[in-house]
Amino acid sequence: MLNRQGRPSAPQAHGVSDPAAGMGDQAARLQGDANRATGSNPEAHPTFTGNKALAQIEPLLFEIGRYDTTGVDLDEPEDFEPRLGGLERKEAIGLPGLSEPETMRHYVRLSQQNYGIDTGLFPLGSCTMKHNARLNERMARLPGFSDVHPLQPVSTVQGALELMNELGRYLVTLTNMTAVALSPKAGAHGELCGMMAIKAAIEAKGEGKTRNVVLVPDSAHGTNPATAALIGFKVKPVPAREDGWVHVEDVKERLGPDVAAIMLTNPNTCGLFEPQVVEIAKAIHDAGAYFYCDGANFNAIVGKAKPGDLGVDAMHINLHKTFSTPHGGGGPGSGPVVLSERLAPFAPVPFVRMKDGSFELVEQNDEAGGTAAPFGRMTAFHGQMGMYVRALSYMLSHGSDGMKQASEDAVLNANYIRAGLADLMSLPFGNKPCMHEVLFDDAWLKDTGVTTLDVAKAMIDEGYHPMTMYFPLVVHGAMLIEPTESESKTSLDLFVAMLRDLAMAAKNGEKERFTGAPYHAPRRRLDETRAARSPVLKWSPPAPVAEAAE
Amino acid sequence: MRYLPLSDTDRSEMLARIGVNHVDELFADVPKNLLLREPVDLPRRKGELEVERILSRMSAKNISASSVPFFVGAGAYKHHVPATVDHLIQRSEFLTSYTPYQPEIAQGTLQYLFEFQTQVAALTGMEVANASMYDSSTGTGEAVLMAHRVTKRRKAVLSGGLHPHYADVVRTLSEMSSDDVVTMAPDVGGTEDILSRIDDSVSCVVVQSPDVFGNVRDLKPIADKAHQHGVLLIAVFTEVVSLGLLKSPGSMGADIVVGEGQSIGNALNFGGPYVGLFATQSKFLRQMPGRLCGETVDADGSRGFVLTLSTREQHIRRDKATSNICTNSGLCSLAFTIHMTLLGEAGLSRLARINHANAVKLADQLAAVKGVEVLNKTFFNEFTLKLAKPAAEVVERLAEKGVLAGVPVSRLLPGAGLDNLLLVASTEVNTDDDRAAFAAALKEVL
Repeated sequence: MLNRQGRPSAPQAHGVSDPAAGMGDQAARLQGDANRATGSNPEAHPTFTGNKALAQIEPLLFEIGRYDTTGVDLDEPEDFEPRLGGLERKEAIGLPGLSEPETMRHYVRLSQQNYGIDTGLFPLGSCTMKHNARLNERMARLPGFSDVHPLQPVSTVQGALELMNELGRYLVTLTNMTAVALSPKAGAHGELCGMMAIKAAIEAKGEGKTRNVVLVPDSAHGTNPATAALIGFKVKPVPAREDGWVHVEDVKERLGPDVAAIMLTNPNTCGLFEPQVVEIAKAIHDAGAYFYCDGANFNAIVGKAKPGDLGVDAMHINLHKTFSTPHGGGGPGSGPVVLSERLAPFAPVPFVRMKDGSFELVEQNDEAGGTAAPFGRMTAFHGQMGMYVRALSYMLSHGSDGMKQASEDAVLNANYIRAGLADLMSLPFGNKPCMHEVLFDDAWLKDTGVTTLDVAKAMIDEGYHPMTMYFPLVVHGAMLIEPTESESKTSLDLFVAMLRDLAMAAKNGEKERFTGAPYHAPRRRLDETRAARSPVLKWSPPAPVAEAAE
Repeated sequence: MRYLPLSDTDRSEMLARIGVNHVDELFADVPKNLLLREPVDLPRRKGELEVERILSRMSAKNISASSVPFFVGAGAYKHHVPATVDHLIQRSEFLTSYTPYQPEIAQGTLQYLFEFQTQVAALTGMEVANASMYDSSTGTGEAVLMAHRVTKRRKAVLSGGLHPHYADVVRTLSEMSSDDVVTMAPDVGGTEDILSRIDDSVSCVVVQSPDVFGNVRDLKPIADKAHQHGVLLIAVFTEVVSLGLLKSPGSMGADIVVGEGQSIGNALNFGGPYVGLFATQSKFLRQMPGRLCGETVDADGSRGFVLTLSTREQHIRRDKATSNICTNSGLCSLAFTIHMTLLGEAGLSRLARINHANAVKLADQLAAVKGVEVLNKTFFNEFTLKLAKPAAEVVERLAEKGVLAGVPVSRLLPGAGLDNLLLVASTEVNTDDDRAAFAAALKEVL
């Protein structure tokens, strides 16, 4: 078989096998044919505009907008006496406008410089870039959800409260936990919520002064230690072992009357399920501490295992990962936190409950009643309703059977990639089954002069979004690949074939294919050092010509 | 299942390629007794039609803002959002992209973030703005923590005009971090003596304008006093449209500005998702929370944008980070930027004048109703009424009559003895008929 360059794929010197290794030969061949069909060199014919057909150069809004232009027709109000206490703005703001067609074109052109899930495989590890069903978008826009105010009378929003209650029921059932705090706005905010509940529980036991250490494995997401530190906990690392697992004896060694909690990600960021999780939970509980689980990787085990059964006390669930609410280029997210019986009384306000046949919203600590002792409030209003609707729409669509199948497919897909690449790329913890993401290190790049970053950029040229790079920190040059359940076998076959081709090219000394990449993206490699050294964080008008002439 | 591309044949082939017989062999590390063999106890899969039916039924139980005369505000506002905005934010490439970690294929996101930061800096009158916070209540909490880092003091003074939910968020965070918070008494008239609370022990003073009761505040004297004592002024707003008409917080001396951007481009959404605006002066840049987008060049010298100054952030600094924030409000900030681009300066100031004019008309009309007193001397598009009866009861009665009249102060501040106060907002969506219906219904109820 020939590769893109029309050369034999197997680098004879290395004796490596066929790049597609029996997987997806046909898909890879089709793609190869398509490549060979594009003939001429684009650099030979520079264009006047700098555009390249569909690849349009788009200036900043501030370079094309006008200060007297508006794309919204509004009538000037009749004269009236303002009541602004003399605090009217006197000077211009500096906000250019565009007409509607110009606005449409400006942002459509910008969108065309972006890669999304709908564009192609987006294997960003720990981010769960799965299909975003448009049914969910339609549901979130129903007027009874999108066009209701958080503070209108609760008698006029019974359906919205019913939806929150139903979402909570699904989350509690899937995790076998006691309660849920819906209001956190994203994963890190959920972590904060869970850790606050733990802190409140510790204080209620009179141990607030003494229990101030949180154990965090080195493989944890950066948000874990940042969250613990934010509310005054001292972070004590748990070092990584050679097998990628957290060992109960390493945890036990660090336990004491000063330990408040462990923050453990399970499945962990090495793509592995923690086999000693139950023993770890028991050790933690025996020491009077709590088990916070980072639920970022919940997508591997929805419907397969319940975190409550594993001994978890608090876990945030990224609705924007596991339950497919769109990432939107960096949010909005939503990070509900499920709580064990021990932590449930400390759940923050607001929460929904049933009273006399209708739903009510508990918005103040002292309205909670009973044994409840809410630790406070995470945010104004009630959290990310727009995300709740999308997530529930996803859950209703999948059902219990579909969610189980989705987790199985996610894990199957990741293992299929592992099996397809194990001989060419290096698995830091051996060739053993992974969960929904597979972690490679950069040992396979030794002596090639190619780095993990270079491989990522070469993947861009091949039409893929790169995997998560350099995370987790516990392996060198990490490449964390999470295909999700949304990929077909054909799609995975081509992806594997592509990575095999890259691997062989790197081993074959085709360094410039990597170090100069990307060659075909809307931009070549961007200078991040320069951006940080002298930050330019907003547009400034060019110096006036008259001034420059003086 | 319509979202899952693998067929059973695919699955068998893949398992064979991996070298296992059953998918559960891949779950071998899950304790045997805890691995679920059957689906959990929840309903089975449903088609689109069925899901739509279930959720539409729930939706129909709610009264939407557009369907009635609507005057509810207090931190979230009903505005008209142009159709273009919702179309553009649903473009696949915006909707289904991630945080722009690979800038070469995320210039769309990065360029709009750069435009967003520029717009927010201009509006607030500040030197730098970040790429958004979850919302402005959490942004206020982050601003207080930032002020503590800058001043190396740990005491915040919260104005009695700050939205009570925001004050709760700050107090919750501060309690957990063992920081001091002084909350001033509810300040209905906007006349509190906050200057007397400012001294050398204070890190920051948090003042909202227009405040939660609607009063427009002059921040200049507060900023002056604060700066004499090395204290930072955190200026908060919940209605960004007001900046089309009012002096910017930056021009009055604010050190950090936090505001809610929901009004521009974003629906009410029953409270979220919204978009927190966060701006400050360049000298505090490295203490700022959140993502920042910066300009640079690529290997060919072409202009491009990247996320920058990430050495402040959790994924690099871990427990030494300025904040734990990761995902923020990307798509909501896009909606903000598109709507603001459509408005432009001309449209925004006109929109602000319409809001103010409508609120003035409404205030005059309601003041004429017996048993109603308008308490504000100043306001933008929201003000406080003192009613002859408890406001919660009045609001319920008005809802029965098909008017959503506002927020009873007792809902935000129960037990504060302010039960007869009602917060009322009016925006460009209100018509003469809406106002007449409100006044007439109020007359009947009081």
